[in-house]
Amino acid sequence: MNVEPAVEDLLRELAPQVLGVLTRRYGQFEECEDAVQEAVLAAATQWPAEGVPANPRGWLIAVGSRRLIDQVRKDHSRRQREDTATAQALPLHTGAPEDAVPDADDTLILLFLCCHPTLTPASQTALTLRAVGGLTTAEIAHAFLVPEATMAARISRAKKNIKAAGSTFALPAADEREARLAVVLQVLYLIFNEGYTASSGETLHRADLAQEAIRLTRLVRRLLPADTEVAGLLALMLLTDSRRAARTGPSGELIPLAEQDRTRWDARLLAEGTALIGDLMKHASLGPYLLQAAIAATHASAEKAEDTDWHQVHTLYKILERIAPNPMVTLNRAVALAETRGPAAGLELLSTLDEDDRISGHHRLHAVRAHLREKAGDIEGALESYRLAARITTSLAERRHLEARAARLS
Amino acid sequence: MKFLLSTHMDPAAWEALPEAERAAMREDKGEFADEVAESGEMILAHELADPSRSAVVRVRDGLAVVADGPYRPAAEFLSGYYLVDCDDRDRAIELAARIPEARVAGVEVRPVMHAAGQDL
Repeated sequence: MNVEPAVEDLLRELAPQVLGVLTRRYGQFEECEDAVQEAVLAAATQWPAEGVPANPRGWLIAVGSRRLIDQVRKDHSRRQREDTATAQALPLHTGAPEDAVPDADDTLILLFLCCHPTLTPASQTALTLRAVGGLTTAEIAHAFLVPEATMAARISRAKKNIKAAGSTFALPAADEREARLAVVLQVLYLIFNEGYTASSGETLHRADLAQEAIRLTRLVRRLLPADTEVAGLLALMLLTDSRRAARTGPSGELIPLAEQDRTRWDARLLAEGTALIGDLMKHASLGPYLLQAAIAATHASAEKAEDTDWHQVHTLYKILERIAPNPMVTLNRAVALAETRGPAAGLELLSTLDEDDRISGHHRLHAVRAHLREKAGDIEGALESYRLAARITTSLAERRHLEARAARLS
Repeated sequence: MKFLLSTHMDPAAWEALPEAERAAMREDKGEFADEVAESGEMILAHELADPSRSAVVRVRDGLAVVADGPYRPAAEFLSGYYLVDCDDRDRAIELAARIPEARVAGVEVRPVMHAAGQDL
């Protein structure tokens, strides 16, 4: 949008509230979402020039409503070619008056709607960023490195699918709530990773996604303060993001955790993430995000890589493996095991993954094996695994890293 | 994830098909392109001219040598591509199966390298 940060922040905050009000009033999520997007775009050009109106929320609601009514009239007259019916084209909803409903509820409803389980992850992330995050289609397209037309089609298809699924603008039933929230958190974590893992050349466009994911997760935490997985996800994002400046070198090459300059970790993010974890680990039931955050916090508490409490890391992975079994978790546990009991023990655990189709062809299995073979002094074997991993990864950054490792050994 | 779906063609097999079947395939191809554009998965698509229109450039000892024709002459050749952005490999394969060329020669589904790197 390229407008003043203060205006942009305000627009992002107000966008879901305004969408909530319009959807309650007119009941057409698909059309209302387009209208809000237009109102936000109009504000982004007018407010910096003419000043922010005294009641920005009211301004957006008024402009959004006008756009919506214009659009409905246009569609209607195109269909009917008669003016008489236009008056009935947009019936007011006879539900509760929108101002009686707190904005917080609306924002939560919107999140559940955008992360509807019938949508694909790509659609969920795109729609969440636009409808809840207040980003423009162009910004989202830019962040995901696809043409704007592709992103526009994806968003409009997502909204059609939500409509087809017969969703209403209401919170999911209590018995569905937990499963639906899990999808919301998954979508937020996807958005975060999309931004966080961007290589240095792309960060200009994509780093914002990590910030946006953190902002939205903070929002969910305000709405659901008692949920420990929401807090765990927020802590995980903060602790991970604290390492951002240290994770790549001057020419964008990846720097492994063990070799990062820990003085470059963001102390403010670390402190906030660690404090969140500290409170939760005392009495919370342990969910997957909380556990991953606890692992990140364990790494964060070591001033030097060699001070890492690998026993604790291993124990946490072991619990994670039990509550959310996944070969990637086992792979990570093998690294921790190798640190506590030696590379042979780690390699032995890795060999149990060779038969697992979900990971046997994945470059990370071979990259970890290469690393452990190198530690064990098996240079030939390490070289072979580094080269294999470098060949099959689909990430240019990881290929460069793995090739550099292999070159150092040969 | 981005994938290149490259279509391969065998003109002899194509010509051997009854015209009605070829017409149906042309229609299916247009339908497929529309649907993938509408779902927000399509990035780019092109048909390629016949390989007899190709030239292969080889630089040896600093000199460019140009030869007319395809890089590797064969009965089946690359005839076009779709660059798509979809959720995973399964979805890419599902899309490839709907491209009519898959019924004549084949469609190769290949991941596109990306720049992002996971933490190590």
